[in-house]
Amino acid sequence: MANWIPLWLHRLSSPPTFYRFAGTLLPWAMALAVLCGIIGLYGGLVLAPADYQQGDAYRIIFIHVPSAWMSMFIYAVMGVSAFIALVWRIKLAEVVAMESAPIGAAFTFITLVTGSLWGKPMWGTWWTWDARLTSELVLLFLYLGVIGLYHAFEDRRQGARAAAFLAIIGIINVPIVHFSVNWWNTLHQGSTVNIFGHSKISWDMLWPLLTMTLATKFYYAASLFRRARTDLLSLESGKDWVRRIAEGEADR
Amino acid sequence: MSTLQSFLAVSGEAASFFKMGGYATYVWPAYAVFFLVLIADTVAPRLRRRRLLGELRARLARQSVRHERDATSAPPSSTPPSA
Repeated sequence: MANWIPLWLHRLSSPPTFYRFAGTLLPWAMALAVLCGIIGLYGGLVLAPADYQQGDAYRIIFIHVPSAWMSMFIYAVMGVSAFIALVWRIKLAEVVAMESAPIGAAFTFITLVTGSLWGKPMWGTWWTWDARLTSELVLLFLYLGVIGLYHAFEDRRQGARAAAFLAIIGIINVPIVHFSVNWWNTLHQGSTVNIFGHSKISWDMLWPLLTMTLATKFYYAASLFRRARTDLLSLESGKDWVRRIAEGEADR
Repeated sequence: MSTLQSFLAVSGEAASFFKMGGYATYVWPAYAVFFLVLIADTVAPRLRRRRLLGELRARLARQSVRHERDATSAPPSSTPPSA
């Protein structure tokens, strides 16, 4: 491989090393996710004032928007690691791509359901075929397609290569979801939070939203570590290091 | 303020919190879906891991039984049995 990639990255991509590394970070990531979640939800549900137009219904934003951001962020991670898996055939990149898909699908599902529950009282409808909602639904189908294709092959690594290909093609949908509110007329409101400019939201509502975003980021890290560890055990089940883990856990 | 009064004040606050300004039927199901989906996502890989390691241990146990049997049973004689 190219020599500009540092040696520790090579070492980290070895399954037993990554298994240990992920095992060390997992509890910290999960603890930070729970901590941020508790603080963010307390700020969002208790401290933040009601919206002057939407009343308390707007409080769905504290889970809807972080989940929607995660649905796109995880797709980007999946697409990049799928690309790495196809080009350099690194087993760990395959694992990260394929184990990101169910987490991304979970967040996309949450986004659609919470959006629907928010749309009913505010727009008067559970669902409408407009650009933002439809492209987010397409995102869910892309995730499900990747998961399905991965499991459709007898040989796991062959399935991962086919699914990685679909994941890369589907990346085109991520900017479509993001910019859909600007490109088309839509019922969905425009973006409220702007990283590089002025956010159209009061600080009392913004900080719980950002804390919940952090919570979902940490949750994704923890869930990915947990899933990747399990998947590595399955992929390497014939190897000595996995045998030692299986025998070690039998004693407990 | 008496204990009863403060209890009523607290329970009144809690009740208005759970009412969510009349939007309780939308807000709480949204939060329930959020937590149920994430809990399922957390539990699923744990169950898979337990099943995988269980299967692996069973396979290793079968292998070791086979090894022992091969070691204890008499090795096949190299000379053909006399008629």
